[in-house]
Amino acid sequence: MSHTEDRKQGTLLTARGIHKSFGTNHVLRGVALEVARGDVVALIGASGSGKTTVLRSLNGLETPDAGELRFDGGPVVDFGAQAGPDGGRSGRRTAARTAKTNRAALRDRSAMVFQHHNLFPHRTVLENVIEGPTQVQRVPRDTAVGRAEELLARVGLADKRDAYPHELSGGQQQRVGIVRALALQPDLLLFDEPTSALDPELVGEVLTVMKELAEEGWTMVVVTHELQFARQVASEVLFLDGGVVVERGAPAQMFTDPAEERTRRFLQRVLHPLD
Amino acid sequence: MDWQLVVDSFWPLLLGGLTGTIPLALASFAIGLVLALIVALLRLSSNPVLSWIGRAYVSVIRGTPLLVQLFVIFYGMPEIGIRLDPWPSAIIAFSLNVGGYAAEVVRAAILSVPKGQWEAGWTIGMSPARSLSRIILPQAARVSVPPLSNTFISLVKDTSLASLILVTEMFRKAQEIAAFSSEFMTVYLEAAFIYWMFCTVLAAGQNALEKRLDRYVAH
Repeated sequence: MSHTEDRKQGTLLTARGIHKSFGTNHVLRGVALEVARGDVVALIGASGSGKTTVLRSLNGLETPDAGELRFDGGPVVDFGAQAGPDGGRSGRRTAARTAKTNRAALRDRSAMVFQHHNLFPHRTVLENVIEGPTQVQRVPRDTAVGRAEELLARVGLADKRDAYPHELSGGQQQRVGIVRALALQPDLLLFDEPTSALDPELVGEVLTVMKELAEEGWTMVVVTHELQFARQVASEVLFLDGGVVVERGAPAQMFTDPAEERTRRFLQRVLHPLD
Repeated sequence: MDWQLVVDSFWPLLLGGLTGTIPLALASFAIGLVLALIVALLRLSSNPVLSWIGRAYVSVIRGTPLLVQLFVIFYGMPEIGIRLDPWPSAIIAFSLNVGGYAAEVVRAAILSVPKGQWEAGWTIGMSPARSLSRIILPQAARVSVPPLSNTFISLVKDTSLASLILVTEMFRKAQEIAAFSSEFMTVYLEAAFIYWMFCTVLAAGQNALEKRLDRYVAH
């Protein structure tokens, strides 16, 4: 892919003041982030810190209660201000309507790789990959098949095109999941803990593919527990705790000398669990 | 047992089955399935009014005897000016009935597909309707084959009730032959045998369908 150069400049996505509650659980409390073209942003944090909810909001799989998502070139989605005196009900209703009209536009820009791959079990590998291009993007079938085969070959799965997902190993399934997202040619790839459901010996093959994508210049937001991966591949790491971004910075700096005590404690727990 | 009668009445009975019982069951099942999908979607709707309508429908259909439903449509409706022939009356009644029972099957089958499948459809840009038709329903279909086969086999036998609103299906034929020959045991057992034959064929069909839909499932 040749988009390394032309993608490198400029902000692709800005998120501001993202709030989200599930019932009484206030999961996101004003998250902001900025993703430049070609960036690999790693979201780290304990479970329940809100990192997955942030990611899902970017793809319209969750509808924030408040805040703004702004993609360069659109869409710009305003979820409204934070809860007013009526407990935010009216704001939330407006937000729901706004989000509904903008969901498709958000998904036009980004594609998600899920923790549990969520491949379509009733479709072969190839059919999984071309489903979006042919059904949604109206790409001619031949073109879509050609592209799909190319992408499958790149992740080493050319010979699996006619297999059903259950015939693949977990690592192969997740690589197909990545190819399915790539086939949509999104501007932004979203990864939701893509290796945490895998057997340890299968993690490497998936991370290798992701690393290659990063090197090719794909813009990625990755929720991950693989700090080694974040350290090697991410251009920026965001540490979330309690629904806010506690600290952000270059991985080398944050992992060796975090500025915040909460970051320090988290890294300590993850990197040295037995201490 | 009067074997000559058994032989003589076999063809008329089978013909009644092939031209009455089976078409009645097939037509009602097809219409009933469409209705079931609509009712299931109503029930699953987040709109409380729609979901109430779905629940009320299922409740009424399941809470009243099929024979009463048939009689209301065939004998009752003319009083409000809707006069239907036996066949349409039967098809309407059976379709409505299947719609109520199968709706619960379809609803459960849709719910059995993991939420991640919807999300995978959405993330590749599909609308909810397209996700439903291309991702969710094909997977729900596999789960619902055994219970829907049950519904269909029950329906094949329940069509005998249509004889009571003058539809000339197999059991109506049997009643005629039995009245004419006064060999009730022989003729009704023979009719029972043919019903059982039909249902055996259907069960084999169910197996074949399950095998076909199973090709993508891990064993």
